[in-house]
Amino acid sequence: MKQTNYTKHFIILSVFTVILFFVNVSLGSVSIPFKDIFTSLTGGIPAKESWETIIINFRLPKAITAVLVGSGLSICGLLMQTLFRNPLAGPFVLGISSGASLGVALLILGSSIFGGFLLSASAASLSLPIAASLGAFLVLSAVIIAANKVRNTMSILIIGLMFGSLTSAIISVLAYFSEAAQIQQYLFWSFGSLGNLSWNEISIFAIIYFIGITGTIVVIKPLNSFLLGENYAKSLGINIKKSRNIILLITSLLTGVITAFSGPIAFVGLAVPHIARMLFTTSNHKILLPATAIIGAIVLLICDSIAQLPTSEFTLPINAITSLFGAPVVIWLLIRKKKIFI
Amino acid sequence: MASSIDISIEKGKLVIVLGKNGIGKSTLLRTIAKVQEPLNGTIFIKNKSLETYKHQELATCLSMVLTERLPESQLTVFELVAFGRQPYTNWIDKLSAVDLEKITWAIDETEINHLKNKRFYELSDGQLQRVLIARALAQDTEIIILDEPTAHLDLHHTIKIFSLLKNLVAKTSKTIIMSSHEVNLSIKFADEIILFTDLKICNGSPLELIKKNAFDNLFPKEIVNFNRNLQQFIINKK
Repeated sequence: MKQTNYTKHFIILSVFTVILFFVNVSLGSVSIPFKDIFTSLTGGIPAKESWETIIINFRLPKAITAVLVGSGLSICGLLMQTLFRNPLAGPFVLGISSGASLGVALLILGSSIFGGFLLSASAASLSLPIAASLGAFLVLSAVIIAANKVRNTMSILIIGLMFGSLTSAIISVLAYFSEAAQIQQYLFWSFGSLGNLSWNEISIFAIIYFIGITGTIVVIKPLNSFLLGENYAKSLGINIKKSRNIILLITSLLTGVITAFSGPIAFVGLAVPHIARMLFTTSNHKILLPATAIIGAIVLLICDSIAQLPTSEFTLPINAITSLFGAPVVIWLLIRKKKIFI
Repeated sequence: MASSIDISIEKGKLVIVLGKNGIGKSTLLRTIAKVQEPLNGTIFIKNKSLETYKHQELATCLSMVLTERLPESQLTVFELVAFGRQPYTNWIDKLSAVDLEKITWAIDETEINHLKNKRFYELSDGQLQRVLIARALAQDTEIIILDEPTAHLDLHHTIKIFSLLKNLVAKTSKTIIMSSHEVNLSIKFADEIILFTDLKICNGSPLELIKKNAFDNLFPKEIVNFNRNLQQFIINKK
């Protein structure tokens, strides 16, 4: 579609992302001079050998995870908001993240009840994302079936919230019958963490992420036509059922894998698409998708940098930071703009 | 609800569906447009049963203007009209020279050039209706279906829409099927009227229907009555 040129926006945001990426890598409990960080990242050897390990095996994977998680969740939020034509939709509100949590809870907590065979160490890296994706898909399908019965989008959101509390209830029951060690493992997972991913896990993450993103590019056209409502989309020759299923599949896959590797991270999925719409003042997904992805990455890189509490050895749970950061932003947006769009 | 309908519509006519609220006008239009499954019976477009049309294929011969409100988004008028080209564009929705030409033509025909870069939520009801008609025109279909395109419009804008549609039929020999509550205007503008009354459904040119006294049973007679000489409904004098 013909429209204003957004190249400048994208260049500025990309430069900003790169800067934040370096800032993120250079922050941590051990302070490393910027020069040595640069040499490690470009393949050279820094002044101390331990610095290289810290950067290559801890900080770099974490920063990459932040980029993948931030952009992935934001795209999921955008897809949900357009699909439901509701500005309040997002992986969290619709209970999809809770579904992923349920999958993980069944895996971690269920292993003590149903026997430990589910979570053998070798399969753990794959079984966690699979369980989370299945859980996400389960809840999302339930929401969709309900959505087909009730046309009112408000009811759909409430149904999503209900599914969310339903899954939390099941998790509570599971937790009640589980052993302390498992509960602790689950609790730490639910705080959310971008670190602790091995390069192996990151490559699995990245592969699924790129499958999801590729799928998203394919549905740009139907996504745009959804902006007119379902009946107009149908009259434009869009196969509603097929597009909707693809969108749901992408969302559950992305939310599932993200939640599995980094825990349930709140607010990013809901807030970032709105920030993107405000900055770019468009609803065209050809612009909005990359914009949302970049801003999502930026937001999570910032949140993670804050969570590391620079120069201290503590790290706050990332989930708390995204909410502390996200909630005021959304409130401010609503007060300032008064009108919210999809 | 009206019961049985057996009507064929000729090409290149402005067909107006009249009838009181809830009698099934929108249902008929939605069924023709395949937005809704037929309650019963079959519809043929160009001698081909509607069931055998794929959505993509139907989109190139039938376009719609609906009553439902558009979801709140930041789409511009140009983008909205350009959506009409979706059945023809490639997977990433790139507009070709032909697409741009059709869009420009649709924008010119509906006289919305000055609104091109506005967001659609900034428009008045009358302007938005013209934009939606432009979108349907850009879709370049032989049939355009409009569900009450003049609802919420004042008399001036209502007449503007009626004459725009009438001109389009004359200029492009498209078939336009619309529902309306503007009985008096419809009698003046329509080539053919499909009239839903409680007793039966009749169709024909306005003059034929007047001759058959078909309008007499459109509304309960206590308040308005059809005046054959003036060819319009007149409020009863006390």
